[in-house]
Amino acid sequence: MNIKSQKDFFSGLMFMAVGIAFAWGATTYKVGDGARMGPGYFPLMLGILLAILGGVITFKAMVVATEDGEKIGSWAWKPLFFIIAANLVFGLMLGGLPSIHFPAFGLIVAIYALTFIAALAGEEFKFKEVLVLATVLAIMSYAAFILLLKLQFPVWPAFITG
Amino acid sequence: MDLIANLSLGFGVAFTPINLMYAFIGCLLGTLIGVLPGIGPLATIAMLLPATYALPPVSALIMLAGIYYGAQYGGSTTAILVNLPGESSSVVTVIDGYQMARQGRAGPALAAAGLGSFFAGCVGTLVLAAFAVPLTEVAFKFGPAEYFSLMVLGLVGAVVLASGSLLKAVGMILLGLLLGLVGTDVNSGVARFSFDIPELTDGIGFIVIAMGVFGYGEIISNLGKHESEREVFTADVKGLLPNKEDFKRMVPAVLRGTTLGSVLGILPGGGAVMAAFAAYTIEKKTKLQSGEVPFGKGNIRGVAAPEAANNAASQTSFIPLLTLGIPPNAVMALMVGAMTIHNIQPGPQVMTSNPELFWGLIASMWIGNAMLIVLNLPLIGIWIKLLSVPYRWLFPAIVLFCAIGVYSTNNNTFDIWMVAIFGVIGYLFIKLGAEPAPLLLGFILGPMMEENLRRALLLSRGDWSVFVTRGLSASLLAVAVLLLVVVLLPSIKKKREEAFVED
Repeated sequence: MNIKSQKDFFSGLMFMAVGIAFAWGATTYKVGDGARMGPGYFPLMLGILLAILGGVITFKAMVVATEDGEKIGSWAWKPLFFIIAANLVFGLMLGGLPSIHFPAFGLIVAIYALTFIAALAGEEFKFKEVLVLATVLAIMSYAAFILLLKLQFPVWPAFITG
Repeated sequence: MDLIANLSLGFGVAFTPINLMYAFIGCLLGTLIGVLPGIGPLATIAMLLPATYALPPVSALIMLAGIYYGAQYGGSTTAILVNLPGESSSVVTVIDGYQMARQGRAGPALAAAGLGSFFAGCVGTLVLAAFAVPLTEVAFKFGPAEYFSLMVLGLVGAVVLASGSLLKAVGMILLGLLLGLVGTDVNSGVARFSFDIPELTDGIGFIVIAMGVFGYGEIISNLGKHESEREVFTADVKGLLPNKEDFKRMVPAVLRGTTLGSVLGILPGGGAVMAAFAAYTIEKKTKLQSGEVPFGKGNIRGVAAPEAANNAASQTSFIPLLTLGIPPNAVMALMVGAMTIHNIQPGPQVMTSNPELFWGLIASMWIGNAMLIVLNLPLIGIWIKLLSVPYRWLFPAIVLFCAIGVYSTNNNTFDIWMVAIFGVIGYLFIKLGAEPAPLLLGFILGPMMEENLRRALLLSRGDWSVFVTRGLSASLLAVAVLLLVVVLLPSIKKKREEAFVED
């Protein structure tokens, strides 16, 4: 049997998996009955519904023909990796990670790190250009978020400010 | 003359220099971020929310209203100039708007969108003010069964208007409802699906989901396309104002669009999209005057009518939110989140317990609209310049604003890890062709639905028939069923698919 719509087939699988996971998780809480709903009642109901729906979507994707097979297409691995990495490194630099004794470097260092890593996701990477961009963003963010809005951020590395 | 007394109370609150300034800043920021290609109003509002945290509630709401209108207007600007609808309600604006821009008439197109929206906004505000009081009284007749049914209706509406497959939209709603349940159950105190992570016992932040799915997901998918596919249009813009001929055609179109939008906006389930589509269809049905450009080739009516309709509808869509506390669409769901952050629980009690805030907000919507005209018509040139900024400079900045925005909601790096996860999920949704807007609506409604279902069944001692034996609840459900049936009818189904083909 071939898959008639790749997008729908995998969406259906995703819905089924998530539905089953939630429904299964819900049974570990007290379910109760309609008049006295426990914390597991509503999620169990929704989870089952979602799993059934996912099944229907998957089934339909294998039966109902589409014009072009609705292929998912190639994944943009490079942007996916660098954008998410930029975000994670930003968090790491900004707040540090006490569990591995990684010190907080503060907002300014974090902005430079984020800009450089994120820029790698694009089609071209010019070091000088990115450096200017990062500096502009750092100055703007400092002015807007720290000076103007007075948000509480660690701005400089913890080992400098003490 | 309660209406006038109420409105003057509202304007008294909103018309202080400091609040006017916030409205102005909100509009400016909203437009600034909203015109960036690939960022719709949802992402814009999510990104700018932190900017309002430090303000008192009234000022914060006024600024938010400004951001909301700015973001919407910014979305229309990108629709017209770059052929990129920032959100589903400007999908039809693209058709004639981009054609006008290609003919060098971007100025009149933008002005038509702006003026049409402003007029529609004024009417919408009046409708809102007039209907809010009687509807609030209806709201007090609402029991848990009615609330539950109304939410079902709202969700069905969201499904009907989602652009892709109906089944997948239902799936996204269920997924959203489930995600909304993560965290401590208010009734039993049990922390559900939290995996013993303390931060998760408070639930997943809606900003985390909004930014991850709408911000990061979009950026990744944009970067995955080749440069040529997101070519930015930079033709010269000659002449800003529409000429006499244009005005003659615009005015009736704007009037029709406004009427349609005001009515459709009240319906829960995202009336703005429906209004824009309906308005465009009606314009297309009317006879072309002699010498008029056909639709799809840059007819100014094709820009003015849907823009007026969607603005009127987004104005009146505040009615279900403010009177019943139920967000009718994803943007409003975000507004609920924003209000909750400022300790305001939207609903009928706001008007009685906090009239300055309620009427101040309504007045500020009008101010927001007026501000847009003042701000945007003279500045169109600058917005166009902004569009020519290369994407490779824009996207690191967007990633940064998302990250900072997420962190600043709780000052906790945990949210940054979460947004990374939702960024990946958001990209997955895009690849699978599953539209994420219904998910956000479901996410906000999840806990509310559970609570009302629980109360309704508790009162009826577990008898499910309570939803159909109570008149109001039964009629709400009937409307929901009717909506579903109508969409599933073969002839309409085909039309709907045609309408969304521009996506």
